Amino acid sequence: MATSNHTSSVVRKSSASGGFKETIRLLGKQRSLLFMSIPVIVYVFIFNYTPLWGLTMAFQNFKPGKTFWQQEWVGLKQFERLFTDQRFLRVIRNTIVMSSMNLFIGTAVAIIFALLLNEIKHTGYKRVVQSISYLPHFLSWIIVTGLVANFLSTDDGIVNNFLLSLGIVDKPILFLGEPKLFWWVVNGAHIWKETGWNSIIYLAAISGISPELYEAAYMDGANRFQNMIYITLPGIKSTFVILMIMNLGFILNAGFEVQYLLGNGIVSDVSETIDIFVLKYGIASNNFSFATAAGMFKSVVSIIMITVANFAAGKLGEEKLF
Amino acid sequence: MAKAKDIKQNNVASNIFDIANYFFMFIVVFVMLYPFWNTIVISFNDAMDSIKGGLWFWPRKPTFFNYKTLFQTRNLIDAFWVSVSKTVIVTVLNVFCSAMAAYILSRKEFVLRNFMTKFIVATMYVNAGLIPQYFLYRSLGLINNYLVYIIPVMLGAFNVMVIRTFIHELPESLAESAKIDGAGEFRIFIQIIIPLCKPVLATIALWVAVGTWNAWFDTFIFASSKQKLSTLQYEMMKLLSSSMVQTRAVDPNLKAHGSSNIITPNSIRAAITIVASAPIIVSYPFLQKYFVQGLHLGGVKG
Repeated sequence: MATSNHTSSVVRKSSASGGFKETIRLLGKQRSLLFMSIPVIVYVFIFNYTPLWGLTMAFQNFKPGKTFWQQEWVGLKQFERLFTDQRFLRVIRNTIVMSSMNLFIGTAVAIIFALLLNEIKHTGYKRVVQSISYLPHFLSWIIVTGLVANFLSTDDGIVNNFLLSLGIVDKPILFLGEPKLFWWVVNGAHIWKETGWNSIIYLAAISGISPELYEAAYMDGANRFQNMIYITLPGIKSTFVILMIMNLGFILNAGFEVQYLLGNGIVSDVSETIDIFVLKYGIASNNFSFATAAGMFKSVVSIIMITVANFAAGKLGEEKLF
Repeated sequence: MAKAKDIKQNNVASNIFDIANYFFMFIVVFVMLYPFWNTIVISFNDAMDSIKGGLWFWPRKPTFFNYKTLFQTRNLIDAFWVSVSKTVIVTVLNVFCSAMAAYILSRKEFVLRNFMTKFIVATMYVNAGLIPQYFLYRSLGLINNYLVYIIPVMLGAFNVMVIRTFIHELPESLAESAKIDGAGEFRIFIQIIIPLCKPVLATIALWVAVGTWNAWFDTFIFASSKQKLSTLQYEMMKLLSSSMVQTRAVDPNLKAHGSSNIITPNSIRAAITIVASAPIIVSYPFLQKYFVQGLHLGGVKG
């Protein structure tokens, strides 16, 4: 008995010190787990790690017909080209503006919606409203942009009909063909689709606030509006801060779908994002190296921003993402 | 006295606020649902009549013709079955593989556990981008191949981490006692872990199913030159871009043969919109709690 205890403690010690032989021996003992993990490792390696090798294209003048060894290496020339290209600087601007609008305006609307929904006392009504509010989140952007295009149509679109009948405008507005309005249309579509979903987490945070706080405030003569400002809003502050920081890390991911689907030649100056740029100037015109460089720029900046955001969240004493 | 008056005023204000708030929420519901209702109306209304406009709440010339055309158009029927089959296959495979990976990562004694966790979590943040991905798929022969819908999406890193968190909360003694009884790891996974994980697996299955059903980008990039591989969403996308410019143009290709009836892109699109969103909208009231449950399963930690 005593000896077996002794050996097992020795085993643990040597495995902790990272003995290679010991690891192999343990792996032999855990071979059924090993057999299960091999396909997973191979799969993830092939589909997530081997494409990283393709990033070498950003430093070449890649021609599809040649082998890797025949490619011409050009160093940072593709990146130089990228940053002197007006179109690229424009898509960076578009990406940042549209994701910032979605982040800030979208969050503000979601919080207001959560605050108002929280004031509904009838639980059944509240639940029905909430469920319906996040239904659009589960529909594809194709469906949503289809609905948006129908509704904003100059030809009997409901929004234009409504504006005309109220006399706000005297001729239909070409919502999808007006560069000045495009960002607002994207933002509006985003708000329609995601407000309900984004408000879920704030409603959960609100329901976590102690009811005693409200009772105490009521005793002191606070009205509902004051309760909202002085108790509910501070109560969801930490949720707000952490979500803001995390989403700032993803700011270059303005998406692709909605801009691609709603965009057209007239508004392309304001509608194209980095992802559309990669697609349009990469795959469509065989400029593979140039587009890879653009995609790589986006990935590298995103990783840096996410790491910083994660660090900031940790500093603020919030739960880290990784 | 002053205070009582204050409270009374407060109550009046509070009541007005309540009424306004209830009304506001009603408008929210209307804004969320009306676009669908209007689309349903258009999809059931005669296409030529719809061109006249002014359709609000009820079809003026009710007809099933739009749907009939939809289900008689070869391309659309094919696309429908591609969408259905890939959704079913991907959901089953992704849930199974993600659960298996999660089980491996949850075995605390496993030597490769730390390495594998980092190996999988890193994929959520590191991404080579579209073009390297395209060349990989090409060298694997996945371009214009049905398998491009299946193989690249068999495992989701985020799903793995959500399931793993759930397994961690299960009592460890269950797996332990099965082990003492001589069950192998794979059997423990199949017979004990999977049944216990049903709630989280249901949520993941819904996420994956919705995501796969809604996907069009994969068709667009990797399979667009093969009509047989088109999906319902992709067919919709093509109609959307063709009709965005000229909303009411009549497309001669969509004229059903042997009939004088005419169909417009707008009407057929309304019908496809309803068919493409029906599975989600119809199942939504019943599965709603699983749709959002994942948010509460919550904290994914690396």
